Amino acid sequence: MAFAAPKETYSGKVYEVTIGTEKTAVFGGENVLPFHSFEGTTPNKPVIAYEIQDVSPDDWPETVKNVYAGVSGDPVKWAKYCQDELKADAIALRLTGTHPDRNNRSPEEAAKTVKDVLSAVNIPLIILGSNHTEKDSSVLVMASEAAKGRNCIIGKAQEANYKTIAAAAMANNHKLIAMSELDINLSKQLNILITQMGFDKEKLITDPMCSALGYGLEYTYSVMERIRLAALSQNDATMQPPMVGDVGMYVWKIKETQAAEAELPQWGSLEERGIAWEVATAGALLISGIELLIMRHPKAVDAVRKFISEIS
Amino acid sequence: MALTGVEIFKLLPKTNCKKCGHPTCLAFAMKLAQRQASLDACPDVSEDAKRVLGEASAPPIRAITIGTGPVAVKVGEENVLFRHEKKFVNPCAFGIEVKDTMPDEEIKGLVDAVLNSEIDRVGQKLRIDTILISNESNDVKKFEAVVKTVSEKAPQVPLIISAKDPSAAEAAIKLVADKKPLLYGADDSNAEAMANIAKKYKTSLGVAADGLDALSVLTEKVKGLGVEDIVMDSGARTAKDIIEHNTLIRRAAVKKNFKPFGYPVITFAQNSDPMLETLKATLGVTKYSSIIIMSNIDKWKNLVLFSLRQNIYTDPQVPMQVEQKIYSIGEPTPDSPLTITTNFSLTYFIVSGEIENSKVPCRLAVMDCEGLSVLTAWAAGKFTASKIAQFIQESGVENEIKHRELVIPGYVAILSGAIEDKLPGWKVVVGPREANGLPAFLKSRSN
Repeated sequence: MAFAAPKETYSGKVYEVTIGTEKTAVFGGENVLPFHSFEGTTPNKPVIAYEIQDVSPDDWPETVKNVYAGVSGDPVKWAKYCQDELKADAIALRLTGTHPDRNNRSPEEAAKTVKDVLSAVNIPLIILGSNHTEKDSSVLVMASEAAKGRNCIIGKAQEANYKTIAAAAMANNHKLIAMSELDINLSKQLNILITQMGFDKEKLITDPMCSALGYGLEYTYSVMERIRLAALSQNDATMQPPMVGDVGMYVWKIKETQAAEAELPQWGSLEERGIAWEVATAGALLISGIELLIMRHPKAVDAVRKFISEIS
Repeated sequence: MALTGVEIFKLLPKTNCKKCGHPTCLAFAMKLAQRQASLDACPDVSEDAKRVLGEASAPPIRAITIGTGPVAVKVGEENVLFRHEKKFVNPCAFGIEVKDTMPDEEIKGLVDAVLNSEIDRVGQKLRIDTILISNESNDVKKFEAVVKTVSEKAPQVPLIISAKDPSAAEAAIKLVADKKPLLYGADDSNAEAMANIAKKYKTSLGVAADGLDALSVLTEKVKGLGVEDIVMDSGARTAKDIIEHNTLIRRAAVKKNFKPFGYPVITFAQNSDPMLETLKATLGVTKYSSIIIMSNIDKWKNLVLFSLRQNIYTDPQVPMQVEQKIYSIGEPTPDSPLTITTNFSLTYFIVSGEIENSKVPCRLAVMDCEGLSVLTAWAAGKFTASKIAQFIQESGVENEIKHRELVIPGYVAILSGAIEDKLPGWKVVVGPREANGLPAFLKSRSN
C-alpha cells in the first residue's frame, strides 16, 4: 500500500496582527494548525514579550526576581534592560501597582509610567491592567490615551469591563486583548460583543485564559485547539484573531517554581525546575495554538525561541 | 476504522429479540458504535459479522507492551487526533539511553537514577519507564556485558535493545528475552534477520526508516515476515520533522485507516541543551509520540514531563474529582485546625499543597460538590451553609477534635453566619481567598 500523505487544507486563516511603530512585531497569518508548514503557509513565527511591572516584583519567586534585581525598581530601566540586553521582541508592562490591594495607584500615575516607558524604548508595548475589572476600566482608558499613536496592545478587556476598554483602544488605534475564562463559547461571545461596538475584528487578540502546567493546563490546551480548529475548518471569523498566553504570571506563582530542593529532594534543582516549568507551559501552548507569549525568565525565553526556530 | 451505528446494524440479525438487553437491534447497534456495549451480548450474531465487527472495532493503532509485571508499559491503542474528542488512551513512555560505550560508572549512575526516578504526583506513582541500551561500540561482547549489567541492576525495568547488527541484537536479546524487551534497529538492510530474532524470542520490533515513504514500505515488509508487534521510527530528529511525521502518521492511521502506520511511534528527543530536550519531549507528549527517549535524568525535568503527560492524558469529559472525606495533612492532633473546601481535584491539590507548605498539621474537609471549584460550587448552590453543616455533622469529625472551629475559604465569607446558625456551638473563621495565603494564615494562628 503506497503512502499518500493525508494533508489538510482549511478554508479559514488566522488574522495577521502587527504591533509597534518604529520597530514592529508581526504574528498570526497562518492557514494551518500550529507549525504545520508542511501543508500550508505559516508566514510569522510566534512572538515573545518580556513581562515587566510598574512596581518592583516583590511577589515573584527568587529564581526570576533575582534576574532583574538591578533594574526592577524602575519600569523604565527594566524596559530598557529587556530591549537592549535581552533583545526582547516586545515588552508587556503590567500595571500591578494600580490594584487596590497593592499600591492603589491612580490612572494618572499609570499613564505617566506608560509614557515614560514608551519614550525609553522603540519595540512594541503591551499594556496590561492589574486584573481588577473595575479599576482596569479607568486605568486602561488613560493608559490607552497616553500610548496614542504607538500601536500597542491594550489588555485585558473582560465581560465586565470591555465597553470602556474597547472604546479607548479603538479611539487611540491600539490592538485589544479580549479575555474570557476557559470556555470557547464565552470567548466567541466576547469577541462578538466587542466587534459589535465597531471594533475591528482584525485588531483583536483572544486570551482564552492561561494556566500553568499541572494546574489546569489541559483546559487551556484544549480550548485553544478547539478555537484554532473552529477558525480554520469552520472559517469562523470570530475565532480567527491570534491568541495570547500570559504564561509567566501563571507559572511563577505555583509551588513547583518556589519550593526549595531541600524540602522536596525528588523535585530536583529549584532554579532549573522553575525555568523548565515556564518553558514546558509555553511549549505546550505554542503547539495548541498560541501566537503571542508573555514570559518572565530570560533563560526560558531563550529556550522557547530556539525551539520556535527549530520547529518553524 | 470505526463503523457507524447503521453500518453495524446491517450486520446484526435484525430480529429485535431483546436478548442483548436493548429494545431493538438498531438501539444495540448504536450502543456498539459508541463502544458502550459488547457484541458478546448478542447470542445470534453470525461468525462473519463477528469477524467484520472485530476488525472494525480494533483500535487503529496497535497496542504494544514492553516488559512484564506491574511496571510493564503499554503504548498505542489511540483513536483520535485531539484530546478534546476523546481521552488519549495509553500515556507515552519515557526512556533514557544507555550506550555501551559509556564508562561503567556512568551506566550505573544512569540506572540508579532510573530506579530512583519515582515521583508521587496527584495520587499516581510516575517514573522513567524504560531504558534503551544501544550498541554504539559495534562490539558484541561489550554490548552483552552492558545489557547484563543493566538488567541485573534493574531487573524490573522494561528494556529496549538497540542494535543494527543482528548478531549483537541476538546476543543481547537472548539474555533478556523473558523480560519481553523491545528490539529496536530493524531497517532496510537487516529487516529479515531482525524479524527472525523478534519472532524467535517473541519480542516486539522497532523499525527505523528515513522518511515516511520508506517507513511505510518497511513496516509492510516486517509484517510480511511475520512480525505483528511493531514500533516505528520515521527518522525525525528535529522538532520540525517530528511534528510533521507524527501528525501525518496519526492522521493516516486514524482517519484513513492506513494499516502500515497502525503502530506506536518512538521519538528520540535527545539534545545537549536540557531545556531544548524538555521542549522536544513536550512536543512528543502532546503530538503523538508513544515512546520518548531522552539523554539524562534530571529530577526537575522528570517532574515537568510527568506533569505534562498527566495533563494531556486526562479524560476531558470527566471533571476531575477527589473523594469526599476529612483528609489529614501532617499529623493533626485534636487541637489542629479544621479547614473545608470542595472536591474539584485542582482545588484539592492546590489547597492541600499549601497546607503542606505551611507545615501546620491540619484536617481538610473535602466536600462533594460534583467536581466544582469553590466559587462555582457556591454559585451553583452545592457549597451552601446547610450542606456544609450536614457534611460536618455526618463526617464524624466532631469526635476527632476538641475545638469547634471551621476555617472556610475567603471567597465564601458570606456563608459564615449561616453556617454558625446551622452548626450550633461552632465558630466559623474566614480564611484567605486564595490557597497561597494559607501558609501565612495557618502559621499566624498556630503561634
